[in-house]
Amino acid sequence: MSAIPADAGPRPGSGYYLDRALVYGIAVFFTLWILVPFYLIALSAFSPRQAVFDYPKPLVPTDLSAETMAFFTNSRGVLPSVVNSLVVAVLTIVIGLALGAPAGYALARFQFRGKESFSLLILATKMFPISILSIPLAVTFLRLGLYDNVLSVALVHTAMALPFVILVTSGVFVAVSNELEEAAQTLGCSRWSAFLRVSLPLALPGLAAAAIFTFVISWNEVFAATILTLRNRTLPAQVLTTLTDSPLYYKFAGGLFMVVPAIVFIFFMRRYLLNLWGGR
Amino acid sequence: MLLLPSIAFLALLILVPMVQALLLSVQAEGGELTLEHFRRMSSDVAFSDAFRNTLVLLILIVPLQIALALVMALIVHSRIKGHAWFLYVYAIPLAISDLAAGILWLAIFTERGYLNTVLQGVGVLETPHTWLAYTDFATLLAAIVIAESWRATALVLVILIAGLQLIPRDYFEAADLFGASRLRRTIHVVLPLLRPSLQSALIIRTIFAFQTFAVVFALAGRNMPVLYGEAYNWYSLNRNPNVAAAYAVVLLTLTIGCTIVYLRVLHVGRAETTR
Repeated sequence: MSAIPADAGPRPGSGYYLDRALVYGIAVFFTLWILVPFYLIALSAFSPRQAVFDYPKPLVPTDLSAETMAFFTNSRGVLPSVVNSLVVAVLTIVIGLALGAPAGYALARFQFRGKESFSLLILATKMFPISILSIPLAVTFLRLGLYDNVLSVALVHTAMALPFVILVTSGVFVAVSNELEEAAQTLGCSRWSAFLRVSLPLALPGLAAAAIFTFVISWNEVFAATILTLRNRTLPAQVLTTLTDSPLYYKFAGGLFMVVPAIVFIFFMRRYLLNLWGGR
Repeated sequence: MLLLPSIAFLALLILVPMVQALLLSVQAEGGELTLEHFRRMSSDVAFSDAFRNTLVLLILIVPLQIALALVMALIVHSRIKGHAWFLYVYAIPLAISDLAAGILWLAIFTERGYLNTVLQGVGVLETPHTWLAYTDFATLLAAIVIAESWRATALVLVILIAGLQLIPRDYFEAADLFGASRLRRTIHVVLPLLRPSLQSALIIRTIFAFQTFAVVFALAGRNMPVLYGEAYNWYSLNRNPNVAAAYAVVLLTLTIGCTIVYLRVLHVGRAETTR
């Protein structure tokens, strides 16, 4: 992609540089539109608690302090909710990959009847408001004794992440050449050990990307996590349920705390972003 | 064989609860059928507000996002220097939860916030304005539209970029050869070819617009009821899973209706391209 020179398209002519400047101007405008809110929340979260009442607000850091963040992490219920969020995310990754990676592999390798229908199923699931189903599920989980349990949240998150896991892993296995697997088989590997020794190691970075995206989905999900828990809140559920009674600085610190891991992780899977929603 | 686990899992976590939601919404305590829950839902004063607000937000946000995403996509696709970096930055909100996005914009729109600081600094305002008061529906709505556009335009963007990549570059070069300006090239060459992606984006975003919840909750609290938020309130605050399930049924009906339209459109699109 980046091998194509920047101006392979139009040749420089009259108005060309003006045109180019306009495109850059808009590009930079959108960059600021995206980045400025992050800067401002970081600024708010790293100002002392008292600064929330200051007005006008300083637009540059004048009085940096970790006090607000410390107040947030020490608030009742926050640290346990972070632990719950991590446990739910890890469970979601494990169940999601265990269920989704075989399906992704099948989509990448085999032609079979109903392949088209399966792709449509994935597409429909991607758009489906699964979180609203946490209402009937909560009633069921209550009966099964799974209510207020991290496992129940992880199951719902898995249903949300599964179509994406299947899409990413199928893209990964398409990229890992089948011929290598066949070559290993001619050298005496069984199909299974050819997969384990050849395809799987080559697919690992892609599988890691699928895991990261699953983490982001689970870490961010708030509706189902709130409905399905009472004491064992995840972090977004904890922030949401305390939102109306908490001071602004608590909200800002919580906002930053939720945002940072997501940004870091999305950086590692930026190559796969177009796969997730682009393919039809 | 390899697909079976995921199909079984999705059936268990989607189909079964869908049926249960329906049952919850029409069953009285003794198990006999009743429309009581739907009656309670629709007679509640927040219901019509929630329905209207959800639709108003949808009508304002979806076209705005598609327009913004189209400009962003064309910028990234124009292969200007740093286009990969611009794509990454524009896509960052994909990783941000709706709750966190609402809080980010709360820091800007709150009364002692950054918007008032800047507007007063440049002399537009004399005193800080209360943007998020329920008494001023227009500015509250505008704040939510802005925050939602910031958060969810990235989704439309990646759909459109993937669509742009399917268009052979020859088309662009041919248009350049005939001396078409960038604007005319966009209107006459790019937009018609991008139609399938624009349709996908439109319908996917419409479906997600029914799910608007946490951004609204963070910015407006209960001052701006929406359908998803009311389902949450009925379940968590009023402790009434039956009315909450009635809301779920309404939302599921809307979503499934849109999905069917989408699959139809997709099917027609495929038939056209293979003809």
